[in-house]
Amino acid sequence: MKVRKPLSAAAMEPDEGGRYGVYGGRYAPETLMAPLEELSRAYDRLRRKRTFQRRLNHLLEHYVGRPTPLYFAERLTEHLGGARIYLKREDLLHTGAHKINNALGQVLLAKEMGKTRIIAETGAGQHGVATATAAALLGLDCVVYMGEEDMRRQRLNVYRMQLLGAEVAPVDAGSQTLKDAINEAFRDWVASFADTHYVLGTVTGPEPYPRMVRRFHSVIGAEARRQLRRLAGTPAPDVAVACVGGGSNAMGLFSAFLGQPDVLLVGVEAGGRGPELGDHAARFSGGTLGVLHGARTLVLQDEEGQVVGTHSVSAGLDYPAVGPEHVFLHEQGQIEFTSATDQEAIEGFHLLSATEGILPALESAHAIAEVTRRAPEMEPDQVILVNLSGRGDKDVESVLEYDAK
Amino acid sequence: MSPRRKRRPRSAIAAAFSRCSKRKRSAFIPFLVAGDPSLEATPDLLRALVAGGADVIELGVAFSDPIADGPTIQRGSHRALAGGSSLSAVLGLIERHREELGVPIVLFTYYNPVHARGVETFAAQAADSGVDGVLCVDLPPDEGLRELQPALEERGVDSIYLIAATSTRERIDRAAAASNGFVYYTARSDVTGEREDLIPTLAREVKRVRRRVRLPVAVGFGISTPQQVEEVAKVAHGVVVGSALVRLVEENGAEPDLAARLERRVGELTAPLRG
Repeated sequence: MKVRKPLSAAAMEPDEGGRYGVYGGRYAPETLMAPLEELSRAYDRLRRKRTFQRRLNHLLEHYVGRPTPLYFAERLTEHLGGARIYLKREDLLHTGAHKINNALGQVLLAKEMGKTRIIAETGAGQHGVATATAAALLGLDCVVYMGEEDMRRQRLNVYRMQLLGAEVAPVDAGSQTLKDAINEAFRDWVASFADTHYVLGTVTGPEPYPRMVRRFHSVIGAEARRQLRRLAGTPAPDVAVACVGGGSNAMGLFSAFLGQPDVLLVGVEAGGRGPELGDHAARFSGGTLGVLHGARTLVLQDEEGQVVGTHSVSAGLDYPAVGPEHVFLHEQGQIEFTSATDQEAIEGFHLLSATEGILPALESAHAIAEVTRRAPEMEPDQVILVNLSGRGDKDVESVLEYDAK
Repeated sequence: MSPRRKRRPRSAIAAAFSRCSKRKRSAFIPFLVAGDPSLEATPDLLRALVAGGADVIELGVAFSDPIADGPTIQRGSHRALAGGSSLSAVLGLIERHREELGVPIVLFTYYNPVHARGVETFAAQAADSGVDGVLCVDLPPDEGLRELQPALEERGVDSIYLIAATSTRERIDRAAAASNGFVYYTARSDVTGEREDLIPTLAREVKRVRRRVRLPVAVGFGISTPQQVEEVAKVAHGVVVGSALVRLVEENGAEPDLAARLERRVGELTAPLRG
């Protein structure tokens, strides 16, 4: 672990080419370059426009249900016998996960840009459901690409999207998971950008996606900081924990605490079945520098630069690359990364359900698993802040299956 | 914009275009995925391309996540990967056969395999193997000029960039200034694949590009019939045919006379160019 130093404000924004240090960038086919440039311009114009912000904030409050509570998990704290544990309850948002913050922001942006059709990829289905919801709310057509393997794992979410009026397009290529759904969404967009906006669901992809998605989720950290002051009497936790697939919920939470040397930021990746390549989605332990889906970042790949399969019990973390800003911030000593295995995540799922009456999403259960390791080692006057990024209703079947094995 | 580059000896790609231009015809540029249906079969298929009338060959490096390709080339990439193809294998193939083929080869690849190898190592190996040019589908000049091109240029390997129907004037100028050999204009905003009709505005669009580009302009994406080749050849210096040939390989992969069928097909496609 390198020495943590304060980050300058300049280091928190990427350069003009979307680069965080040597990470990020805009590695896209030429056909998409002009549309991406257009998107960057439109986003920069709108994020400064007060009417756009007001509209978004209004919907976030009255439709989505912000602010979400910060909840002191007293029984979990007692059970683990260490630091006080606070949960940021993104699971209570409309549609059941943090994904709606970004989906709504981008669909609103698309509408302002005059687009009439929305496409998205989804892994666990949460981003797809959130995007389908936003599209229904704003009256736009919506197609969600989803790997066939994920459709099996998350069939309830498939039907939810259909109920919301979206078309769910099955992707049978490759591993039939999130990465293949992203491939397919890009292919659609190459041909359709004139009337279509691609709502990418995490802090990866070519510029401007990483910074735009982070910005739409930064409300999570901003609220948590205010709420901590009121509830825990401190403006910052000792440790903040979030699961990291692409890394959007983590970036949303961490963005409020970057550059604060007393706050330890911990990202938790999917350790899957074990440390062998192909059995997990832990990019920080098994990945090497690569270029995937428009960004230079850590990628799980073989020596020939072919992207390898990943595994996680949680579809939302089952992705071979990670948001480029995470890699940059890790290099800067700002974020520490660890992983939790399928087994640990399932145990975390059960623990939170039994002690607090909260079923966490299997993604968020990875963060809970890390808390169970860390809290007992800490003092009772210390504070752990956890992003409970989604609820676990969608995962009940997966847990049932796992437990039966 | 980048400063004017030093003059360097004319590349084999430039020479091929100029030979065609002297004969007042367009260059024919077929595309195949290296290692599809197998690494063993590829040399014969390359010979068939040359025998059928290829002026330049675009050799595709299979990649696990080909976001700019339609179903046909995706399946071709998948077959190649399943058969053990890789950038190493493709470089080996070129090294063994480039001289015998006698036709310039452009490596058509996604950036990640190149990046994984290391840009300097790749450039050295590509040059040593006899690769004439490199086109990275997802490496626009914005990134490529800084990252890959200096290493290729130093070793005399051409960099070819794409220009799309969506490219702004500024982007066309950037790709034109950066490319050597030729520029590749993608005739439609879509992933690769065959199309029944070429866009009626194609001639106008290619002219828009040609006005701003000093290099030969090759046009690709969606061309599959001799009639389309003829139509495109009226406005472009080069005609690229990809998916139609990959489909032929797919449909005849198990046939013992696959190479002969490919040669025949390429012969049909190049017939309008021979006049």
